[in-house]
Amino acid sequence: MTVLEFTLIVAMVSFVAGLLGSLTGLGGGVVLVPLLTILFHVDIRYAIGASLVSVIATSSGAAASYVKEGFSNIRIGMFLEIATTFGALAGAFLATRIPTQALAIIFGAVLLYSAYYSRKVRPPAERELPPDQLATRLRLNGSFPDLDGPRKYNVQNVPTGFSLMFGAGALSGLLGIGSGAVKVLAMDQAMRIPFKVSTTTSNFMIGVTAAASAGVYLSRGYVDPGLSMPVMLGVLAGSLLGSRILIKAETKSLRVVFSVVILVLGLQMLYQGIFGHI
Amino acid sequence: MTTPSSSDPKATAFRPQPWRDHRIEVIIGELLRAGVMLSAAIVLLGASIYLWRHGREHADYRVFQGEPFDFRTIQGVLRSVIYGRGRGLIQLGLLVLIATPIARVFFSVIGFWIERDRLYIICTLIVLAVLLFSFIGTGIGL
Repeated sequence: MTVLEFTLIVAMVSFVAGLLGSLTGLGGGVVLVPLLTILFHVDIRYAIGASLVSVIATSSGAAASYVKEGFSNIRIGMFLEIATTFGALAGAFLATRIPTQALAIIFGAVLLYSAYYSRKVRPPAERELPPDQLATRLRLNGSFPDLDGPRKYNVQNVPTGFSLMFGAGALSGLLGIGSGAVKVLAMDQAMRIPFKVSTTTSNFMIGVTAAASAGVYLSRGYVDPGLSMPVMLGVLAGSLLGSRILIKAETKSLRVVFSVVILVLGLQMLYQGIFGHI
Repeated sequence: MTTPSSSDPKATAFRPQPWRDHRIEVIIGELLRAGVMLSAAIVLLGASIYLWRHGREHADYRVFQGEPFDFRTIQGVLRSVIYGRGRGLIQLGLLVLIATPIARVFFSVIGFWIERDRLYIICTLIVLAVLLFSFIGTGIGL
């Protein structure tokens, strides 16, 4: 394959990944690394570097449209970013010391775990929760525009959410993904933040988290310009389109897409990691 | 600061956003979009030079070699941009991209400052410190 062909095909695949990543709150990276390694036989370290860069593009590019809708909660985002950025730094340093097969296996495991948890059904009774003392003191509670006017929410289990976020940051730094899956799950399942708020706030955090590990990746030579270029441009275009659809799309169908895609890719990554094709 | 369960109706009615001044967020959002678009434009320019010169070569990313010094440090990237190298320009665009979330955090400090929210000024400064460490402390330079 020539450089020109490679660039165009990778750009197209990245466009689709960016669209999916944006619709599901995954940030694109989580599908990109498996796609680049499995379909294009790219070394997983280059794939991680390129994906990390694209994750930043997705997050910052979509910020303006998300902010206008009034879903994201900047205090939740900023508070949890303390955990994710420290995690990301730790993860990035760890990534440079771990064999690539281990990276693939961890990647696969993360995907399967995310797929499993995203399918757990939430009882609708959890909508009206009493305010949590710590969340109130940290001023994390907020409201967002719903179909029938603004809807308030009270954040729960702050320490659990915070610890999970350190893990999400570490995975982001280790695997070059936004860890949107883990972030959304931590905020959805542990902290009981409404889906649209957690998705958009997670988008807000993904870029900052990725930037924390990007310095490490760049200085270690994981970010290849020839590969990162089509990935970044493709993902950016796809995610900008996706962020326009999100506001109208149904959360239920989003989750189905979310879980099926990551399940299939998770199995692939595990297989490749275990049998040493990475 | 009041909590949403407070009896003060004004506090809850006028809190559609965690930041009382929604404009700060909107401005930050627009700045980020501008940063990403600038980055994408630089990457596109670099891409056209790179593809023009190397488009017909064989693409292979199977074996990890690590990037040369010129693509790993700010100094090196700037030098290769001066020499008119396509990939140098792409890396410059990527550096601008990595700077956008850092700028977002920086502007958030100002936003919380305007709101006199000391707790969140501290939170945001911690995040900013980690980001700057990643940039300066890992050897990509300044």
